[in-house]
Amino acid sequence: MKAIKKGVLRRLIINAFTRESCSPQRRERRDYVESYLRRLAGSSSAPPQRTLRLCGGLPLLAAVCLLISTLALAQVPYKRIADARAEPGNWLTYSGDYQSHRFSRLAQITPANAGRLKTAWVYQFKQPGRQETSPVVVDGVMYITESPTIVTALDAHTGRTLWSWRRNISRFVKTIGFGQSNRGVAILDGAVYVGALDCYLVALDAKTGAVRWETKVEDNATGHAITAAPLAIDGKIIVGVSGGEAGIRGFLDAYDARTGKLAWRCWTIPGPGEPGRETWGGDSWKTGAGATWVTGSYDPDLNLLYWGTGNPGPDWNGDVRPGDNLYTCSLLAIDAATGKMKWHFQFTPHDVHDWDANQIPVLIDGAWQGRPRKLVAMANRNAFYYVLDRVTGEFLLGEPYAKQTWAKGLDAKGRPIVLPNTEPTVEGNLVWPSLQGATNWHSPSYSPLTKMFYVAVREMGAYYYKGEAEYKPGTFFAGGGERALEGDKAYGAVRALDVATGKMKWEFRLQSPPWAGVLATAGGVVFGGSNEGNFFALDALTGKPLWDFQTGGYIAANPISFLIGGKQHVAVAAGQALFVFRLP
Amino acid sequence: MWRFCLLVTFLAGVFARPSQDPISALTADDLAHGKRLYVGHCAVCHGIEGAGGRGPALNQPGLRHVTDNWSLYGVIKNGVQGTEMPAAWQMTEREAWRVAGYVRSIGRVAAENLPGDVARGKELYRAKGCAACHITQGQGGVPGPELTEIGVRRSAAYLREALTDPAATAPEGYLVVSVTTRDGRSVRGARINEDSFTIQLRDDDNRFHSFRKTGIKELKKEAGVSTMPSYKTLTVAELDNLVAYLASLRGAK
Repeated sequence: MKAIKKGVLRRLIINAFTRESCSPQRRERRDYVESYLRRLAGSSSAPPQRTLRLCGGLPLLAAVCLLISTLALAQVPYKRIADARAEPGNWLTYSGDYQSHRFSRLAQITPANAGRLKTAWVYQFKQPGRQETSPVVVDGVMYITESPTIVTALDAHTGRTLWSWRRNISRFVKTIGFGQSNRGVAILDGAVYVGALDCYLVALDAKTGAVRWETKVEDNATGHAITAAPLAIDGKIIVGVSGGEAGIRGFLDAYDARTGKLAWRCWTIPGPGEPGRETWGGDSWKTGAGATWVTGSYDPDLNLLYWGTGNPGPDWNGDVRPGDNLYTCSLLAIDAATGKMKWHFQFTPHDVHDWDANQIPVLIDGAWQGRPRKLVAMANRNAFYYVLDRVTGEFLLGEPYAKQTWAKGLDAKGRPIVLPNTEPTVEGNLVWPSLQGATNWHSPSYSPLTKMFYVAVREMGAYYYKGEAEYKPGTFFAGGGERALEGDKAYGAVRALDVATGKMKWEFRLQSPPWAGVLATAGGVVFGGSNEGNFFALDALTGKPLWDFQTGGYIAANPISFLIGGKQHVAVAAGQALFVFRLP
Repeated sequence: MWRFCLLVTFLAGVFARPSQDPISALTADDLAHGKRLYVGHCAVCHGIEGAGGRGPALNQPGLRHVTDNWSLYGVIKNGVQGTEMPAAWQMTEREAWRVAGYVRSIGRVAAENLPGDVARGKELYRAKGCAACHITQGQGGVPGPELTEIGVRRSAAYLREALTDPAATAPEGYLVVSVTTRDGRSVRGARINEDSFTIQLRDDDNRFHSFRKTGIKELKKEAGVSTMPSYKTLTVAELDNLVAYLASLRGAK
């Protein structure tokens, strides 16, 4: 009887952790999950066998204890995320915290010891694709996404899989103007949220990967898709969409975290009768784009979301959409309760270079010209670094941080003074930056210790072409294109900007314009990656290189840091694998 | 049943390619627009009016990857995998057809008649020792680019320039770099690869070298320099022959 009970209980626990119970690797996985459960229950230093013997003596109590402890561990209430700084060993959101600092408060890795970093483990992605995941780490479990829409939970100690969920994505899925990628998950309470490439939002059970609900956000047939990690706030999941080259009408959505029901939709392109509609000639607003394809930030005190919007459609032919084209290429402050726009700031009015403002808005509380102020900083794709008041949207500062040949500067309100002859032409017009911008979706990082804003910069020009703009639902609606100056004519850099002035403090040159984000740490180190596969550590104060590792694959992802087994780890996706490093 | 068959026949008719391709329907204005697009997007490699350059000449009736107008459209829209020909993904269908129409219009020009003699050119290639540095059909040395398909990849005008002024046409992947290490070693050669922390090069004796940049005192990139000697001392006839031979190299036989 005792033996039967023990077996049943064990199966119950195992089933709770493994979805694919009939897979060929069932036995291996079962054994693995068992030992994992034992480790979660015991101290990390205790040998698993000892814990097992204890359980053997008191099977029922031990199993219940295990269940309670693991359930408790899997709970990530909103309060924990809002107070993410209190638990630097975890990485609870896409950017680490609601302020999107992508800054780790862990300080074990320093300029003095970074040279000794070693690989802790490597996870190989399941199928080839563009791997842009930024992991979330909670209580010893790492949640990653894989191309095209796969969510995998890994043991953060070893990289071994706990569960993996794959959405059936049709090979005809429309990803117009971008690759089949996904940048990560959001976690809230006991669920993991992912945006699917076919434009669904899916909630998975954090312990098993089982689907709790799925909601269709929009129709993929019209070029809507999701690549961004959702953002989980109190009871709501915020999700942005891709489709800026397909002539969608952009929006930001909030869904009830428990049911998947739409709470609100905030259109980024105003409709008839709404303010801003007058900035679109004719019916051009209907295909005005303004996608929301990179995760934004959140201020819990103001209850405001900060979210960037993409290019107007069509990208390179502005003739068909006369006007400023609000609210494209803008930063929006949105009331999280209602979805109403509180303010907007447009970086590039009537953009014709595809300079999406889908960069990370970094929320900073600091002294501004002598008095404390709530700020938001953004290194924009258009090559200017901006600081705004995040309560009012007031423009405070704008400084170029990379080569640009399109604007004479910014006026007192932050509006660019556009130079003549910088528009795309049929024959091509050479302008800096290239359409991929002076930076792009890859994340910057802000260190409150050095007061520096770190950004991976792309120094590259491009010939911009103007073409026809003919809208057909679900097809390219670009109106032109570019030919970038490649090879040795372009380069990249990690730059440190003084957060208050935008002036460069140092730069570390890269071989080519990068697609990898940066991570600053309290240990005084900045991590970054290159197209050529280098993952590296720089001194946060000087930019001096401290360590580098050749991963063997293109890096187009953001690094994160977490604590496991008492040691600081740093993780980054590179090529077709996720690499995790630590000190010996 | 017959109704179903009729429906199938009807649908097949609707979805089949029209027998008349869009190029024949292009107007003079369409072709003029196609030319403007060509000048902006294509001429940088294929030359004004298709004279060729880094890319093959297009002012000839037969094109290597093209069997009919539809495949020409496909080459423009999708590029050619494994070559330097990119996809014009940003063009609308109509734009790509206009470019295709313009390319066809310049293709009606008679192919350039090269003045040289292929056999004599081949002999000169051997006599001048070109094979010491270039591979053709599996034979030859490694320092320079393989020439097995060079007649397809490069125009005659480009080949002539490469012979008389090699630096002007130095291909990517053959950047000459000089490295002086902190411990006093100096190596000059072609850059094989480079990242932010390391560089790999091949010296004149075909030896590979790998350096960490922290160990390099000076890294000189000699842009616009080629290790190939200039052959401008050849007579006009010799040059014509050599170009004719190179232009005849159109892939393994």
